Amino acid sequence: MDFLTIIQILDSALRMATPLLLACLAGLISERSGIFDIGLEGKILVSAFFSAAVASLTGSVWLGLLAGVTVSVVFSLVHGMASITFRGNQLISGVALNFLASGLTVLVGETWFGLGGRTPTLEGAERFNPITLPFADALRDVPILGPIYSTLLSGHTLLVYVALLLVPTVWYVLYRTRFGLRMRAVGENPAAVDTAGISVIRLRYTAMVIAGVLCGLAGIYLATGLSSGFGKEMSAGRGFIALAALIFAKWKPVPALGATLLFGLLQAIAIRYPKIDLGFITLPSQFMEALPYILTVIILAGFIGKAIPPKAGGQPYVKER
Amino acid sequence: MDKMPKWADVALIPFLNLTLAFAISMAVIAAIGQDPFEAVKLMVTGALGSSYGWGYTLYYATNFIFTGLAVSIAFQAALFNIGGEGQAVLGGLGVALVCLYIPFPHWTVAILFAMLGGALFGALWAAIPAYLQAKRGSHVVITTIMFNFIAASLLNYVLVNLLRPKGSMDPASARFPETTNLPTFHDLLSPFGIAFSKSAPVNVSFIVAVVACIVVYLLLFRSRIGYEIRSFGQSQSASVYAGISPVKITMIAMLLSGGLAGMMSINNTMGESERLILNSVEGAGFIGIAVALMGRNHPFGVFLAALLFGFLYQGGGELALWLSIPRELVLVIQGLVILFTGALDNMIRMPVERAFIRAAKRAEARDAKQKEA
Amino acid sequence: MTEHQNGTGQQSSAAPAIELRGISKAFGPVQANKDISISVQPGTIHGIIGENGAGKSTLMSILYGFYKADEGQVFINGQETQIPDSQAAIRAGIGMVFQHFKLVENFSVLENVILGVEEGALLRPSLAKARKELKALAEEYELRVDPDALIEDLGVGKQQRVEILKALYRQADILILDEPTGVLTPAEADHLFRILDGLRAQGKTIILITHKLREIMEYTDTVSVMRRGQMTDTVKTKDTSPEKLAELMVGRKVLLSVDKVPAKPGENVLEIENLRVIDDQGVERVKGIDLNVRAGEILGIAGVSGNGQSELMEVLGGYAQATGSVRLKGQELDLTGKKSDARSRRERGIAHVPEDRQSRGLIMEFPAWQNMIFGYHNDPEIQKNALLMDNSKMVEITQDKMDRFDVRPPHPHLAAKSFSGGNQQKIIVAREIERNPDLLIVGQPTRGVDIGAIEFIHKQIVALRDQGKAILLVSVELEEILSLSDRIAVMFDGHIMGERMPADTNEQELGLLMAGENGSGENGGQA
Repeated sequence: MDFLTIIQILDSALRMATPLLLACLAGLISERSGIFDIGLEGKILVSAFFSAAVASLTGSVWLGLLAGVTVSVVFSLVHGMASITFRGNQLISGVALNFLASGLTVLVGETWFGLGGRTPTLEGAERFNPITLPFADALRDVPILGPIYSTLLSGHTLLVYVALLLVPTVWYVLYRTRFGLRMRAVGENPAAVDTAGISVIRLRYTAMVIAGVLCGLAGIYLATGLSSGFGKEMSAGRGFIALAALIFAKWKPVPALGATLLFGLLQAIAIRYPKIDLGFITLPSQFMEALPYILTVIILAGFIGKAIPPKAGGQPYVKER
Repeated sequence: MDKMPKWADVALIPFLNLTLAFAISMAVIAAIGQDPFEAVKLMVTGALGSSYGWGYTLYYATNFIFTGLAVSIAFQAALFNIGGEGQAVLGGLGVALVCLYIPFPHWTVAILFAMLGGALFGALWAAIPAYLQAKRGSHVVITTIMFNFIAASLLNYVLVNLLRPKGSMDPASARFPETTNLPTFHDLLSPFGIAFSKSAPVNVSFIVAVVACIVVYLLLFRSRIGYEIRSFGQSQSASVYAGISPVKITMIAMLLSGGLAGMMSINNTMGESERLILNSVEGAGFIGIAVALMGRNHPFGVFLAALLFGFLYQGGGELALWLSIPRELVLVIQGLVILFTGALDNMIRMPVERAFIRAAKRAEARDAKQKEA
Repeated sequence: MTEHQNGTGQQSSAAPAIELRGISKAFGPVQANKDISISVQPGTIHGIIGENGAGKSTLMSILYGFYKADEGQVFINGQETQIPDSQAAIRAGIGMVFQHFKLVENFSVLENVILGVEEGALLRPSLAKARKELKALAEEYELRVDPDALIEDLGVGKQQRVEILKALYRQADILILDEPTGVLTPAEADHLFRILDGLRAQGKTIILITHKLREIMEYTDTVSVMRRGQMTDTVKTKDTSPEKLAELMVGRKVLLSVDKVPAKPGENVLEIENLRVIDDQGVERVKGIDLNVRAGEILGIAGVSGNGQSELMEVLGGYAQATGSVRLKGQELDLTGKKSDARSRRERGIAHVPEDRQSRGLIMEFPAWQNMIFGYHNDPEIQKNALLMDNSKMVEITQDKMDRFDVRPPHPHLAAKSFSGGNQQKIIVAREIERNPDLLIVGQPTRGVDIGAIEFIHKQIVALRDQGKAILLVSVELEEILSLSDRIAVMFDGHIMGERMPADTNEQELGLLMAGENGSGENGGQA
C-alpha cells in the first residue's frame, strides 16, 4: 500500500467520519443533559431528506440546510416532550421517532418527487461543494506534507470543517462556561440543579434543540455533501454507530473525534477493499460491513475500559417527595 | 387510594392513545393530498373484505403475534429487546437448515422441528446480548440494535456464499422439500367445505401463534418463572431480596424472547416463501415493539394488537396498489402508535387521572353533604 | 391554633423572619399539609418536630419553592413574598439543606457552590470569587472543606458542610435543615450544632426539622409540632418537656416501653465469627465482627445508619457476599457460593423483614396476595402442579393473614402501593413471622409506620421471641432498641463497639459507643 493510497483512504475516512461526528456530538449534548437519544438515526434521516428535497425544489443548499435543521429540531423537541414534559420512556420515544422518520421520508418523497423515495440528483448550488484551502494546489507536490494538506485536509465541503471546529467548541462550552456546567450537572443530578434555582426543564429542552441542530447537520452533510441527493434509508445505521462512538468516547468531545474517525476509517476501508485477504483468511465484505457493530459490542462488553454514562441519563426528573 | 379505576387504565387510556395516533395518521394522509376516509375504506375492504384480504391480514398478524410476544416477555422483565428483527432473521436460518437438511415424512413432524430450530437460533442470537447485560451490564438496547445489523450481514453472507444453489443469482436458499410445506387455511378448511382464498398465505402457523399466546399467558401469570420474571421487571432490588437471581431471569427472559422471535420464521419462511430469502422478516421484529406496547405486554393484548397491525399492513399494501400511497405509511402509523402508547402515554394519562380525582372529590363532597342533611 | 409567642426576648419588636399563613398542599388524593400557620422570629433556632410523614418536609419544600402550595401566604421579614421556584426562595434569602443532599457527585466543591449563582457566562471568574469567599466562610464558621475535592470523595459530614456553604454563599439569612443528623455520628452532629449556634449568633434564622426530641430540647428556642399534615402547637422550648412534645406528636400518650416478660435465652441459634463484607465499590463495610443470638432472645443492633448494619443484614438475608463464618444452629451458612442466595437462606429457616420495605420487601405494583408469598413462591403448598401455581390458594392464605394481622383494608387484590406504610409493613411482618423461622432478622421495623402499627409490630416480635425463636433487630432508633432488645450490640464503622444489657445502660452510653468512643476500655469486637 503506497503513501497516496493511505492518504486517499484517510481522506475518505474523514468524509465518512463527519456525519458520525456530528451525530455523536448531538448525542453527547443530549445524553450529557440526561436524555438518552437512540433517535439520532431518525433525525439524520429526516434532515437528510428535507435538506435534499428543499435544496432541489428551491435550488439553494442554504435553504435546504435551514429545512434540514428545522425538521431535526422538531423531532428533537418531540423527543423532549416525551422525555422531559411527559416523563415517558426515552428509549421507546427514540425508537418511535426512528420509525416515523423512515416512513415520513418515503411518504413525502414519493408524493413530492415520485422517484421511489429518492430526491432528484442535486447539482451546483443545490449541494455543498468542495472547498479548496489556500495554496492547496501550489503545495500539492511538496513531499509527504503536500498530499496531506492538499488531498486529506483540503477539498472537503464546508460541513466537514464545521464538524471539526465543533469539537473544540463543544469542549469549551461543556467545561468552561456556565451553560456547560449546568448541563453537566443536570445530567448527573437534576435535583441539584433544581434546588439551585435553575429550571431543569429549560436546560434539557435547550440541550434538545442543540442536539437537533447538530444531528440535523449530520443528515444535511449526508445528502448534500457526501452524496448528491437523498436515497431511501440513506442513514444506514449511522445514528447507531454514532451512539456507539459516544459510548466508546465515554461521553467526552475530544475522544468522540477519535472514535468517529476510527469508525469512519473502518467504513472507508470497507469501501475500498470489499474483501480483505489476510493470508490465512479472507474477510468477506459482509464482515467489513458488520465490523463497526461488532466493535461496538466488544466495547460495550467492557473489554476496552468501562463506560459510565451520565448518572441521571434515561431517568425523567420528578421532584421527590 | 388508586388514582383511577382499572378499566380506565386497561381500556380507556390505550383507546385514547390509539385514537390520537390514528387521527394524526389520517392527517398525514390528508397532508400528502389523499382522502383519508377513502384510504380507510380501501384499507378495510382490502384487508377484511374478502377471505383473500383476511388471509393476508392473519398471515401478517401471525408474524406480529410472535414478535409482539417476544418483546412483551422481555418488557415484563424490564428488558427492552429491540433485537427481535435480528433474532427472527436468525430464526429463519434455523428453520431453513432444519427444512433443507433433515428429511421429514410429513409437515406435522417438520413443523415441530422447525419450531425448535427457529427458536434455538433466535434464542442463540439473543443469548449474547443477554449474557452481556446480565454479567457485564452492557445495555441490552444498544447491543440488540447492533445484533440486528450483524444478523443482516451474517444472513447476507450465508445466503450468498453458502446456501445459494449453484447457478442461481438470487441471494436465497434452495426451495424446501415438498414434505415441509405447511398447509394454508385453504388446505385446512376446504375438507370441511369452507371456501378460503387459495392464494392467501395464512397457514397453520397462525394456530401455533394463538397457542403461543395462551402458553405465554400461563407462563407469565400462572407459573413460578413468570412470577419471578414479573417481580424482576418491577423491582430488581426486591427480587434479589426474594432470592430471584438477576442473571438467571435476564437470561431466561431474553432466551424466551429470542426464541419466540425466531419461531416467527415457521410462518414467513416455512409457511410462505418456502425457502430462505434475504428480506423475509420485513421489519416484523420492530413492529413487535409497537404490538407489545399497544397490547400492554399482555399476551391477549398482544393478540389483539397483532390483528390490528396485520390489518394495517395488509391495508397499507392495498393503499400502495390503488392510491399511490407508499407502503411506508405503515411505518408512520407504527411510529405514531409507539410514540403515543409508549412514550407519550402520560400526555393522555395525566389529564385523565386528574379528571378521575376531581370526580372522586366531588362525589366525596356530595356524600358528605348528604350525610349532613 | 395556639397564639404564637414572640421568639426570644430581645427580638420581640422585629417582624418575624418567616411567617406562613394557611398553607395547604395535596399530592393527588393525599393531603400533605392542611391550613398550616407558623411564625419564626429572626435570630432563633426554631424546631419543627413530627413523625415521619407528618408533612414537615413538604412544608419546608413549599417555603423553598420546591413545591407550590395550593393555598396560603408566605411572609418574609413582614413582606408578603411569592415563592414560585427555588430561585425566588434564594432571592428571598432562604437556604435549604435537604435530607438527601442535592450535590453533583463528580463535581468539585467549588463547582457545586457556584452552580446556579455563576457570575457571567464564563466559569473562571466565578470559581476564583467562590474560592476566596469559601475561605472567609470557613474561618468565620468552622466550615472547612477542601474547595477542589470531588463530592464523591467526601464523607457525609463534609458533604453537609458543602450544602451549608452553598446556602451561605447565596447569602441566605434563613437556613432550613431537614433531618440533618440522620446520617451523622453524635460527634459530627455536635459539630453541626456548634456551627448552627455560630450562625444564630450572627443573626441568622434557622429552622430545624427533626423527629428527635433530644435535638429539639437541647438546641432550639421555639418548637412547632406537626401531626398528620397539621400544625398542632408552637411553644417555647424551655416551657415544654419531651413527654409533652411526644404526646403532641402522636396525639395520645405513647407507651415508650414494650410490655414483655424477661427473656429466657436458650442455645445459640446464630453464631457469627470474624465476618467481613466488602461492597461493590471495594470498600470494607463490615470489618470482622463476632456476634451470637440465642433462642428466645432479641439482640438489638444500635448504630448510626451506614456503619455496616445494612451489610450485615444483607449477608444474613442472602444478598451480599462475605468472608468469615456464620453458623445457624451449628451448621455453616454458605457466604459466597451457590447457596448464599436469599432463597437458600429462607430454606435454612431465616426470615427477614428488610430495612427498606418499598424497594426490597414488596413489589409495589403487585396485589397483596402476590406480595404475601414473595420470596416463598416456591413453597409446595401454593403449587397447583409441576408447572402452575395455585392462585386461589394464595388469595385464601393472604386473606387469612390479613385478618389475623389486622391489615387494613383487608383486600388481597389491592396493590401494595395502595396501603399505608404501617399496613405495608404488617403485610411483610405477617409473611415473615408466619414462616415460623429459627431466626428472624428485622431491619428498621417501624420506620415510617404509624404509632398503632408500631405497637402491633413490636408485640408480634416479642411474641415470636417468647416462642423461643432468635431475633436480630437492627434499628437506628435508640428508643426502639432500648425498649425491645434483651441484649444490645453497638456497631460503628464496621466494628462491634461493645455489648450491653438494656438495664445496665442508657442513651448517653450507647450514643458514645455509636460515635466510636469506647468508654469502658472494653475491646468490643475490634480485631
